[in-house]
Amino acid sequence: MSAKQKGWKDLELGCVVTEPGSASSTKTGEWRSERPVRDNTKCIKCGICYIYCPEACINEDEEGYFEADLYYCKGCGICAHECPSSAITMIEEEEE
Amino acid sequence: MKKGKIVGLEGSFAIAEAVRMVNADVISAYPITPQTHIVERLAEMIADGELDAEFICVESEHSAMSACVGASAAGARVFTCSAGQGLELMHEVLYIPSSMRLPVVAVAANRALSGPLSVWCDHSDVMALRDIGWIQMFAENNQQAFDLTICAFRIAEDKEVLFPAMVHIDGFYLSHVIEDMVLPDDEVVADFIPEYEYPFALDPERPVSMGCYGPPFIYSEAKKAQEVAFESTKPKILETWEEFGDTFGRYYAPVESYKMEDASIALLTMGSIGETAMLAVDEMREEGKGVGLIRLRLWRPFPFTELREAVKDVELLVVLDRALSSGMGGPVCSEVKSALYDKREDMRIVGFIGGLGGRDITIEGFKYMVNRALEYPEIEEEFEIIGVRE
Ligand code: SF4
Ligand code: SF4
Repeated sequence: MSAKQKGWKDLELGCVVTEPGSASSTKTGEWRSERPVRDNTKCIKCGICYIYCPEACINEDEEGYFEADLYYCKGCGICAHECPSSAITMIEEEEE
Repeated sequence: MKKGKIVGLEGSFAIAEAVRMVNADVISAYPITPQTHIVERLAEMIADGELDAEFICVESEHSAMSACVGASAAGARVFTCSAGQGLELMHEVLYIPSSMRLPVVAVAANRALSGPLSVWCDHSDVMALRDIGWIQMFAENNQQAFDLTICAFRIAEDKEVLFPAMVHIDGFYLSHVIEDMVLPDDEVVADFIPEYEYPFALDPERPVSMGCYGPPFIYSEAKKAQEVAFESTKPKILETWEEFGDTFGRYYAPVESYKMEDASIALLTMGSIGETAMLAVDEMREEGKGVGLIRLRLWRPFPFTELREAVKDVELLVVLDRALSSGMGGPVCSEVKSALYDKREDMRIVGFIGGLGGRDITIEGFKYMVNRALEYPEIEEEFEIIGVRE
Protein backbone atom coordinates (compact mmCIF):
# COMPACT_ATOMS: atom_id res chain seq x y z
CA MET A 1 0.00 0.00 0.00
CA SER A 2 1.44 3.36 -0.95
CA ALA A 3 2.08 6.03 1.67
CA LYS A 4 -0.23 8.60 0.08
CA GLN A 5 -3.37 6.46 0.38
CA LYS A 6 -5.97 7.94 2.69
CA GLY A 7 -6.37 6.78 6.28
CA TRP A 8 -9.82 6.40 7.85
CA LYS A 9 -9.65 9.86 9.42
CA ASP A 10 -9.07 11.45 6.00
CA LEU A 11 -12.36 10.25 4.53
CA GLU A 12 -15.23 12.66 3.97
CA LEU A 13 -18.60 12.08 5.66
CA GLY A 14 -20.16 8.92 4.22
CA CYS A 15 -17.18 8.46 1.90
CA VAL A 16 -18.40 11.26 -0.35
CA VAL A 17 -15.95 11.96 -3.16
CA THR A 18 -15.54 15.72 -3.56
CA GLU A 19 -13.06 15.65 -6.41
CA PRO A 20 -14.92 15.40 -9.75
CA GLY A 21 -13.68 12.84 -12.27
CA SER A 22 -11.52 11.02 -9.75
CA ALA A 23 -12.47 7.64 -11.24
CA SER A 24 -10.10 8.37 -14.15
CA SER A 25 -7.12 8.06 -11.82
CA THR A 26 -7.98 4.44 -10.99
CA LYS A 27 -5.58 2.21 -12.93
CA THR A 28 -7.90 -0.62 -13.96
CA GLY A 29 -5.11 -1.84 -16.25
CA GLU A 30 -3.62 -3.48 -13.19
CA TRP A 31 -6.31 -6.15 -13.32
CA ARG A 32 -5.24 -7.35 -16.79
CA SER A 33 -3.72 -10.74 -17.43
CA GLU A 34 -3.98 -10.52 -21.23
CA ARG A 35 -3.58 -7.53 -23.52
CA PRO A 36 -5.14 -6.91 -26.96
CA VAL A 37 -2.72 -6.69 -29.87
CA ARG A 38 -3.98 -5.53 -33.28
CA ASP A 39 -2.82 -6.76 -36.65
CA ASN A 40 -3.00 -3.68 -38.90
CA THR A 41 -2.96 -5.82 -42.04
CA LYS A 42 -6.36 -7.23 -41.03
CA CYS A 43 -7.91 -4.14 -39.40
CA ILE A 44 -10.57 -2.41 -41.55
CA LYS A 45 -10.86 0.58 -39.13
CA CYS A 46 -14.56 -0.11 -38.55
CA GLY A 47 -14.47 1.02 -34.90
CA ILE A 48 -16.55 -1.89 -33.58
CA CYS A 49 -13.92 -2.59 -30.91
CA TYR A 50 -14.18 1.07 -29.86
CA ILE A 51 -17.96 0.76 -29.50
CA TYR A 52 -17.90 -2.52 -27.56
CA CYS A 53 -15.04 -1.87 -25.13
CA PRO A 54 -16.76 -1.83 -21.68
CA GLU A 55 -13.94 0.26 -20.28
CA ALA A 56 -14.31 2.89 -23.05
CA CYS A 57 -10.55 2.92 -23.24
CA ILE A 58 -10.14 2.47 -27.00
CA ASN A 59 -9.36 5.68 -28.88
CA GLU A 60 -8.91 6.46 -32.56
CA ASP A 61 -5.38 7.51 -33.49
CA GLU A 62 -4.21 9.91 -36.25
CA GLU A 63 -4.06 7.11 -38.81
CA GLY A 64 -7.62 6.00 -38.04
CA TYR A 65 -6.66 2.86 -36.10
CA PHE A 66 -8.36 2.10 -32.82
CA GLU A 67 -5.84 1.67 -30.01
CA ALA A 68 -6.46 0.44 -26.45
CA ASP A 69 -5.17 2.59 -23.59
CA LEU A 70 -3.39 0.01 -21.44
CA TYR A 71 -3.65 2.21 -18.33
CA TYR A 72 -7.35 1.27 -18.26
CA CYS A 73 -7.66 -1.87 -20.44
CA LYS A 74 -8.75 -4.75 -18.16
CA GLY A 75 -7.96 -7.40 -20.75
CA CYS A 76 -11.53 -8.69 -21.00
CA GLY A 77 -11.08 -9.65 -24.65
CA ILE A 78 -14.44 -8.29 -25.81
CA CYS A 79 -12.76 -6.24 -28.52
CA ALA A 80 -11.03 -9.35 -29.86
CA HIS A 81 -14.29 -11.31 -29.74
CA GLU A 82 -16.29 -8.62 -31.54
CA CYS A 83 -13.75 -7.65 -34.19
CA PRO A 84 -15.30 -8.68 -37.58
CA SER A 85 -11.85 -9.15 -39.16
CA SER A 86 -10.27 -11.11 -36.29
CA ALA A 87 -7.59 -8.46 -36.22
CA ILE A 88 -7.16 -8.50 -32.44
CA THR A 89 -5.33 -11.25 -30.55
CA MET A 90 -5.18 -11.47 -26.78
CA ILE A 91 -1.58 -11.95 -25.67
CA GLU A 92 -0.74 -13.14 -22.17
CA GLU A 93 0.97 -10.52 -20.05
CA GLU A 94 4.36 -11.62 -18.89
CA GLU A 95 5.24 -11.52 -15.22
CA GLU A 96 7.34 -8.52 -14.36
CA MET B 1 -43.70 23.52 31.16
CA LYS B 2 -46.45 23.36 28.53
CA LYS B 3 -47.22 19.72 28.25
CA GLY B 4 -49.99 19.67 25.65
CA LYS B 5 -53.39 18.02 25.62
CA ILE B 6 -54.47 14.52 26.55
CA VAL B 7 -55.94 12.61 23.62
CA GLY B 8 -56.86 9.03 22.76
CA LEU B 9 -54.83 7.98 19.74
CA GLU B 10 -53.94 4.82 17.92
CA GLY B 11 -50.16 4.20 17.95
CA SER B 12 -49.95 4.56 14.18
CA PHE B 13 -51.77 7.89 14.24
CA ALA B 14 -49.56 9.12 17.08
CA ILE B 15 -46.50 8.46 14.93
CA ALA B 16 -48.12 10.20 11.96
CA GLU B 17 -48.72 13.23 14.22
CA ALA B 18 -45.03 13.21 15.17
CA VAL B 19 -43.98 13.15 11.51
CA ARG B 20 -46.38 15.99 10.74
CA MET B 21 -45.11 18.06 13.64
CA VAL B 22 -41.45 17.73 12.63
CA ASN B 23 -42.58 18.80 9.16
CA ALA B 24 -41.04 15.98 7.11
CA ASP B 25 -40.33 16.81 3.46
CA VAL B 26 -40.51 13.41 1.82
CA ILE B 27 -42.37 10.22 2.77
CA SER B 28 -41.81 7.17 0.66
CA ALA B 29 -43.46 3.94 1.69
CA TYR B 30 -45.16 0.78 0.60
CA PRO B 31 -48.14 -0.49 2.59
CA ILE B 32 -47.71 -3.58 4.74
CA THR B 33 -49.56 -4.78 7.82
CA PRO B 34 -49.27 -3.72 10.63
CA GLN B 35 -47.54 -0.52 9.57
CA THR B 36 -50.03 0.70 6.97
CA HIS B 37 -52.09 3.01 9.17
CA ILE B 38 -49.05 5.24 9.71
CA VAL B 39 -48.52 6.02 6.05
CA GLU B 40 -52.25 6.03 5.29
CA ARG B 41 -52.70 8.76 7.85
CA LEU B 42 -49.70 10.67 6.51
CA ALA B 43 -51.06 10.45 2.95
CA GLU B 44 -54.34 11.81 4.28
CA MET B 45 -52.59 14.69 6.03
CA ILE B 46 -50.77 15.61 2.83
CA ALA B 47 -53.99 15.40 0.78
CA ASP B 48 -55.78 17.60 3.32
CA GLY B 49 -52.98 20.17 3.31
CA GLU B 50 -52.05 19.55 6.94
CA LEU B 51 -48.54 18.51 5.96
CA ASP B 52 -46.56 20.00 3.10
CA ALA B 53 -44.58 16.97 1.98
CA GLU B 54 -43.97 14.84 -1.06
CA PHE B 55 -45.50 11.36 -0.79
CA ILE B 56 -43.73 8.96 -3.14
CA CYS B 57 -45.82 5.90 -3.93
CA VAL B 58 -43.45 3.09 -4.80
CA GLU B 59 -43.82 -0.47 -6.04
CA SER B 60 -41.90 -2.15 -3.21
CA GLU B 61 -40.09 -1.61 0.06
CA HIS B 62 -36.80 -1.91 -1.82
CA SER B 63 -37.84 1.11 -3.85
CA ALA B 64 -39.23 2.88 -0.78
CA MET B 65 -35.84 2.89 0.92
CA SER B 66 -34.07 3.70 -2.36
CA ALA B 67 -36.27 6.77 -2.76
CA CYS B 68 -35.53 7.73 0.85
CA VAL B 69 -31.80 7.49 0.18
CA GLY B 70 -32.09 9.74 -2.87
CA ALA B 71 -34.33 12.27 -1.14
CA SER B 72 -32.08 12.36 1.90
CA ALA B 73 -29.01 12.89 -0.28
CA ALA B 74 -30.84 15.85 -1.81
CA GLY B 75 -31.09 17.28 1.69
CA ALA B 76 -34.73 16.45 2.51
CA ARG B 77 -36.11 15.40 5.89
CA VAL B 78 -37.22 11.86 5.12
CA PHE B 79 -39.52 9.31 6.73
CA THR B 80 -40.66 5.79 5.95
CA CYS B 81 -42.02 2.75 7.73
CA SER B 82 -42.32 -0.93 7.18
CA ALA B 83 -42.74 -4.27 8.92
CA GLY B 84 -41.90 -7.95 8.71
CA GLN B 85 -41.53 -9.17 5.12
CA GLY B 86 -41.40 -5.54 3.98
CA LEU B 87 -38.26 -4.93 6.01
CA GLU B 88 -36.81 -8.10 4.51
CA LEU B 89 -37.41 -6.82 0.99
CA MET B 90 -35.96 -3.46 2.04
CA HIS B 91 -33.01 -5.15 3.71
CA GLU B 92 -30.32 -4.67 1.09
CA VAL B 93 -30.96 -0.92 0.85
CA LEU B 94 -31.00 -0.40 4.63
CA TYR B 95 -27.21 -0.57 4.73
CA ILE B 96 -26.93 2.32 2.26
CA PRO B 97 -28.09 5.34 4.32
CA SER B 98 -25.94 4.23 7.26
CA SER B 99 -22.80 3.90 5.16
CA MET B 100 -23.61 7.15 3.32
CA ARG B 101 -24.48 8.84 6.63
CA LEU B 102 -27.95 9.90 5.53
CA PRO B 103 -30.33 10.61 8.44
CA VAL B 104 -33.43 8.79 7.20
CA VAL B 105 -35.95 8.14 9.98
CA ALA B 106 -38.08 4.98 9.92
CA VAL B 107 -40.60 3.24 12.12
CA ALA B 108 -40.77 -0.54 12.10
CA ALA B 109 -44.05 -2.08 13.27
CA ASN B 110 -42.48 -5.32 14.37
CA ARG B 111 -43.94 -8.44 12.82
CA ALA B 112 -43.09 -12.13 12.59
CA LEU B 113 -41.45 -13.47 9.46
CA SER B 114 -42.96 -16.13 7.24
CA GLY B 115 -43.52 -18.98 7.44
CA PRO B 116 -46.04 -19.86 8.42
CA LEU B 117 -47.30 -16.56 7.10
CA SER B 118 -47.99 -14.27 10.02
CA VAL B 119 -48.88 -10.60 10.22
CA TRP B 120 -48.71 -10.62 14.02
CA CYS B 121 -46.05 -9.25 16.30
CA ASP B 122 -42.70 -10.64 17.25
CA HIS B 123 -39.13 -9.43 16.82
CA SER B 124 -37.96 -11.71 14.00
CA ASP B 125 -37.84 -8.75 11.62
CA VAL B 126 -35.85 -6.60 14.07
CA MET B 127 -33.30 -9.31 14.64
CA ALA B 128 -32.56 -9.49 10.93
CA LEU B 129 -31.70 -5.78 11.13
CA ARG B 130 -29.13 -5.90 13.89
CA ASP B 131 -26.16 -5.13 11.64
CA ILE B 132 -27.61 -2.43 9.37
CA GLY B 133 -25.82 0.41 11.15
CA TRP B 134 -28.94 2.37 12.12
CA ILE B 135 -29.61 3.83 15.54
CA GLN B 136 -32.43 1.63 16.85
CA MET B 137 -34.74 2.14 19.82
CA PHE B 138 -37.78 0.39 21.24
CA ALA B 139 -41.05 2.00 22.31
CA GLU B 140 -43.19 0.43 24.97
CA ASN B 141 -46.45 2.32 24.51
CA ASN B 142 -48.01 4.89 22.17
CA GLN B 143 -46.66 7.86 24.09
CA GLN B 144 -43.15 6.52 23.71
CA ALA B 145 -43.75 5.75 20.03
CA PHE B 146 -44.62 9.41 19.54
CA ASP B 147 -41.81 10.75 21.72
CA LEU B 148 -39.10 8.51 20.31
CA THR B 149 -40.10 9.36 16.73
CA ILE B 150 -39.67 13.07 17.49
CA CYS B 151 -36.31 12.33 19.14
CA ALA B 152 -35.23 10.11 16.24
CA PHE B 153 -35.39 13.05 13.83
CA ARG B 154 -33.39 15.31 16.08
CA ILE B 155 -30.78 12.66 16.85
CA ALA B 156 -30.39 11.43 13.26
CA GLU B 157 -30.06 14.93 11.80
CA ASP B 158 -27.63 16.23 14.40
CA LYS B 159 -24.42 17.33 12.67
CA GLU B 160 -22.42 15.19 15.06
CA VAL B 161 -24.59 12.14 14.34
CA LEU B 162 -25.88 11.97 10.74
CA PHE B 163 -26.98 8.36 10.88
CA PRO B 164 -30.38 6.87 10.04
CA ALA B 165 -32.59 6.03 13.01
CA MET B 166 -35.33 3.45 13.46
CA VAL B 167 -38.04 3.36 16.10
CA HIS B 168 -39.42 -0.10 16.81
CA ILE B 169 -43.02 -0.47 17.86
CA ASP B 170 -44.72 -3.80 18.41
CA GLY B 171 -47.12 -4.47 15.55
CA PHE B 172 -50.80 -4.38 16.62
CA TYR B 173 -49.93 -4.07 20.32
CA LEU B 174 -49.03 -0.43 19.63
CA SER B 175 -49.79 0.21 15.96
CA HIS B 176 -53.49 -0.64 16.25
CA VAL B 177 -54.26 0.11 19.88
CA ILE B 178 -55.83 3.35 21.05
CA GLU B 179 -54.31 4.69 24.26
CA ASP B 180 -54.49 7.97 26.05
CA MET B 181 -51.41 10.08 25.60
CA VAL B 182 -50.18 13.64 25.76
CA LEU B 183 -50.00 15.38 22.42
CA PRO B 184 -47.83 18.50 22.66
CA ASP B 185 -48.56 21.70 20.77
CA ASP B 186 -47.13 21.88 17.26
CA GLU B 187 -44.97 24.90 18.13
CA VAL B 188 -43.26 23.15 21.03
CA VAL B 189 -42.24 20.28 18.78
CA ALA B 190 -41.19 22.68 16.01
CA ASP B 191 -38.96 24.49 18.50
CA PHE B 192 -37.43 21.20 19.61
CA ILE B 193 -36.50 20.21 16.03
CA PRO B 194 -33.87 22.54 14.62
CA GLU B 195 -33.63 23.51 10.95
CA TYR B 196 -31.79 20.80 9.13
CA GLU B 197 -29.14 21.13 6.46
CA TYR B 198 -27.25 18.15 5.11
CA PRO B 199 -23.58 19.10 4.60
CA PHE B 200 -23.29 17.38 1.21
CA ALA B 201 -26.81 17.95 -0.10
CA LEU B 202 -26.83 17.43 -3.86
CA ASP B 203 -26.04 20.72 -5.53
CA PRO B 204 -24.99 21.29 -9.16
CA GLU B 205 -22.78 24.17 -8.00
CA ARG B 206 -20.71 21.78 -5.93
CA PRO B 207 -20.59 18.38 -7.57
CA VAL B 208 -19.83 15.35 -5.40
CA SER B 209 -20.06 11.61 -5.91
CA MET B 210 -22.05 9.72 -3.28
CA GLY B 211 -22.29 6.01 -2.72
CA CYS B 212 -19.09 5.25 -4.64
CA TYR B 213 -17.63 1.80 -4.75
CA GLY B 214 -14.88 0.97 -2.28
CA PRO B 215 -12.11 -1.29 -3.55
CA PRO B 216 -10.07 -3.32 -1.04
CA PHE B 217 -7.61 -0.45 -0.52
CA ILE B 218 -10.32 1.77 1.05
CA TYR B 219 -13.24 -0.44 2.23
CA SER B 220 -11.72 -1.16 5.66
CA GLU B 221 -10.98 2.53 6.23
CA ALA B 222 -14.56 3.39 5.26
CA LYS B 223 -15.96 0.84 7.71
CA LYS B 224 -13.65 1.98 10.51
CA ALA B 225 -14.69 5.61 9.96
CA GLN B 226 -18.38 4.58 9.98
CA GLU B 227 -18.04 2.52 13.14
CA VAL B 228 -16.12 5.15 15.11
CA ALA B 229 -18.75 7.72 14.12
CA PHE B 230 -21.57 5.34 15.05
CA GLU B 231 -20.16 4.60 18.48
CA SER B 232 -19.81 8.30 19.17
CA THR B 233 -23.54 8.94 18.56
CA LYS B 234 -24.31 7.78 22.10
CA PRO B 235 -23.63 11.11 23.90
CA LYS B 236 -25.94 12.88 21.44
CA ILE B 237 -28.69 10.31 22.01
CA LEU B 238 -28.41 10.84 25.77
CA GLU B 239 -28.29 14.62 25.41
CA THR B 240 -31.36 14.64 23.15
CA TRP B 241 -33.37 12.44 25.52
CA GLU B 242 -32.33 14.67 28.40
CA GLU B 243 -33.43 17.82 26.59
CA PHE B 244 -36.62 16.10 25.49
CA GLY B 245 -37.32 15.35 29.13
CA ASP B 246 -36.66 18.95 30.16
CA THR B 247 -39.03 20.19 27.45
CA PHE B 248 -41.81 17.60 27.51
CA GLY B 249 -41.48 16.09 30.97
CA ARG B 250 -40.79 12.51 29.89
CA TYR B 251 -37.27 11.16 30.23
CA TYR B 252 -35.76 8.18 28.41
CA ALA B 253 -32.61 6.16 29.00
CA PRO B 254 -30.78 3.44 27.03
CA VAL B 255 -31.57 0.91 29.77
CA GLU B 256 -34.58 1.52 32.00
CA SER B 257 -35.01 -0.21 35.32
CA TYR B 258 -38.15 -0.97 37.31
CA LYS B 259 -37.99 -1.95 40.98
CA MET B 260 -34.34 -2.86 40.59
CA GLU B 261 -32.98 -1.15 43.74
CA ASP B 262 -32.86 -4.31 45.87
CA ALA B 263 -33.56 -6.93 43.20
CA SER B 264 -31.47 -10.09 43.04
CA ILE B 265 -33.52 -11.45 40.14
CA ALA B 266 -34.10 -9.37 37.01
CA LEU B 267 -36.28 -9.87 33.96
CA LEU B 268 -35.04 -8.32 30.73
CA THR B 269 -37.41 -7.35 27.90
CA MET B 270 -37.71 -5.09 24.86
CA GLY B 271 -40.85 -3.45 23.48
CA SER B 272 -44.47 -3.41 24.65
CA ILE B 273 -44.22 -6.59 26.70
CA GLY B 274 -42.34 -4.54 29.31
CA GLU B 275 -45.68 -3.23 30.58
CA THR B 276 -46.95 -6.75 31.33
CA ALA B 277 -43.59 -7.56 32.85
CA MET B 278 -43.96 -4.63 35.26
CA LEU B 279 -47.31 -6.00 36.45
CA ALA B 280 -45.69 -9.41 36.88
CA VAL B 281 -42.89 -7.83 38.91
CA ASP B 282 -45.48 -6.12 41.15
CA GLU B 283 -47.21 -9.45 41.83
CA MET B 284 -43.96 -11.33 42.43
CA ARG B 285 -42.87 -8.58 44.82
CA GLU B 286 -46.08 -9.11 46.77
CA GLU B 287 -45.23 -12.80 46.89
CA GLY B 288 -41.91 -11.85 48.46
CA LYS B 289 -39.61 -12.48 45.50
CA GLY B 290 -36.82 -9.93 44.95
CA VAL B 291 -37.62 -9.45 41.27
CA GLY B 292 -37.05 -6.34 39.15
CA LEU B 293 -37.24 -5.48 35.45
CA ILE B 294 -34.74 -4.15 32.94
CA ARG B 295 -35.94 -2.88 29.56
CA LEU B 296 -33.60 -2.15 26.70
CA ARG B 297 -34.77 1.13 25.22
CA LEU B 298 -31.70 1.60 23.00
CA TRP B 299 -30.81 -1.42 20.90
CA ARG B 300 -28.15 0.09 18.65
CA PRO B 301 -25.60 1.30 19.53
CA PHE B 302 -25.79 -1.42 22.18
CA PRO B 303 -25.83 0.09 25.69
CA PHE B 304 -22.96 -1.94 27.19
CA THR B 305 -22.14 0.34 30.13
CA GLU B 306 -25.74 0.99 31.12
CA LEU B 307 -26.58 -2.71 31.00
CA ARG B 308 -23.57 -3.64 33.13
CA GLU B 309 -24.53 -0.96 35.63
CA ALA B 310 -28.18 -2.08 35.73
CA VAL B 311 -27.32 -5.71 36.53
CA LYS B 312 -24.45 -5.09 38.92
CA ASP B 313 -26.25 -6.54 41.96
CA VAL B 314 -28.28 -9.14 40.09
CA GLU B 315 -27.72 -12.84 40.71
CA LEU B 316 -30.17 -14.21 38.19
CA LEU B 317 -30.99 -12.55 34.89
CA VAL B 318 -33.98 -13.88 32.96
CA VAL B 319 -34.01 -12.75 29.32
CA LEU B 320 -37.12 -12.95 27.18
CA ASP B 321 -36.58 -13.06 23.43
CA ARG B 322 -39.44 -12.46 21.06
CA ALA B 323 -37.53 -14.08 18.22
CA LEU B 324 -35.69 -17.28 17.55
CA SER B 325 -32.29 -17.52 15.91
CA SER B 326 -32.67 -21.02 14.58
CA GLY B 327 -30.00 -23.36 15.85
CA MET B 328 -28.80 -20.73 18.31
CA GLY B 329 -31.56 -19.48 20.63
CA GLY B 330 -32.61 -15.98 21.57
CA PRO B 331 -30.62 -13.21 19.86
CA VAL B 332 -31.10 -10.70 22.69
CA CYS B 333 -30.05 -13.27 25.25
CA SER B 334 -26.89 -14.13 23.35
CA GLU B 335 -26.01 -10.43 22.99
CA VAL B 336 -26.67 -9.82 26.67
CA LYS B 337 -24.50 -12.81 27.56
CA SER B 338 -21.66 -11.55 25.40
CA ALA B 339 -21.95 -8.05 26.86
CA LEU B 340 -21.68 -9.46 30.39
CA TYR B 341 -19.16 -12.23 29.74
CA ASP B 342 -16.01 -11.59 31.77
CA LYS B 343 -17.82 -8.98 33.85
CA ARG B 344 -20.13 -11.05 35.99
CA GLU B 345 -19.00 -14.63 36.39
CA ASP B 346 -21.21 -15.09 39.45
CA MET B 347 -24.43 -14.22 37.62
CA ARG B 348 -26.66 -16.79 35.93
CA ILE B 349 -28.33 -15.76 32.69
CA VAL B 350 -31.27 -17.85 31.52
CA GLY B 351 -32.95 -17.31 28.16
CA PHE B 352 -36.57 -17.89 27.20
CA ILE B 353 -38.29 -17.44 23.89
CA GLY B 354 -41.93 -16.44 23.78
CA GLY B 355 -44.52 -14.19 22.20
CA LEU B 356 -43.79 -15.55 18.73
CA GLY B 357 -46.15 -14.60 15.92
CA GLY B 358 -48.48 -12.58 18.14
CA ARG B 359 -48.83 -15.09 21.00
CA ASP B 360 -49.58 -13.16 24.19
CA ILE B 361 -47.32 -13.42 27.19
CA THR B 362 -49.26 -13.02 30.40
CA ILE B 363 -48.23 -12.22 33.94
CA GLU B 364 -48.30 -15.99 34.60
CA GLY B 365 -45.84 -16.41 31.75
CA PHE B 366 -43.29 -14.16 33.45
CA LYS B 367 -43.82 -15.95 36.77
CA TYR B 368 -43.21 -19.27 35.02
CA MET B 369 -39.93 -17.96 33.54
CA VAL B 370 -38.65 -16.77 36.90
CA ASN B 371 -39.60 -20.06 38.62
CA ARG B 372 -38.02 -22.13 35.86
CA ALA B 373 -34.85 -20.01 35.91
CA LEU B 374 -34.58 -20.54 39.67
CA GLU B 375 -34.28 -24.28 38.93
CA TYR B 376 -31.14 -23.60 36.89
CA PRO B 377 -28.67 -25.32 36.40
CA GLU B 378 -31.05 -28.27 36.30
CA ILE B 379 -32.39 -26.96 32.97
CA GLU B 380 -30.53 -28.90 30.32
CA GLU B 381 -31.63 -27.02 27.17
CA GLU B 382 -29.80 -23.87 26.12
CA PHE B 383 -33.14 -22.10 25.95
CA GLU B 384 -36.83 -22.84 26.24
CA ILE B 385 -39.73 -21.80 24.05
CA ILE B 386 -42.53 -21.08 26.49
CA GLY B 387 -46.26 -21.52 26.21
CA VAL B 388 -46.12 -24.22 23.52
CA ARG B 389 -48.77 -26.96 23.56
CA GLU B 390 -47.54 -30.56 23.49
S1 SF4 C 1 -9.55 -6.10 -23.80
FE1 SF4 C 1 -11.52 -5.32 -23.02
S2 SF4 C 1 -10.92 -3.52 -21.89
FE2 SF4 C 1 -9.16 -4.02 -23.14
S3 SF4 C 1 -9.47 -2.80 -24.97
FE3 SF4 C 1 -10.37 -4.80 -25.37
S4 SF4 C 1 -12.54 -4.53 -24.84
FE4 SF4 C 1 -11.43 -2.81 -23.92
S1 SF4 D 1 -13.04 -4.02 -34.60
FE1 SF4 D 1 -11.25 -4.95 -35.50
S2 SF4 D 1 -11.36 -4.24 -37.61
FE2 SF4 D 1 -12.71 -2.92 -36.45
S3 SF4 D 1 -11.41 -1.20 -35.88
FE3 SF4 D 1 -11.32 -2.65 -34.17
S4 SF4 D 1 -9.51 -3.88 -34.68
FE4 SF4 D 1 -10.02 -2.81 -36.51
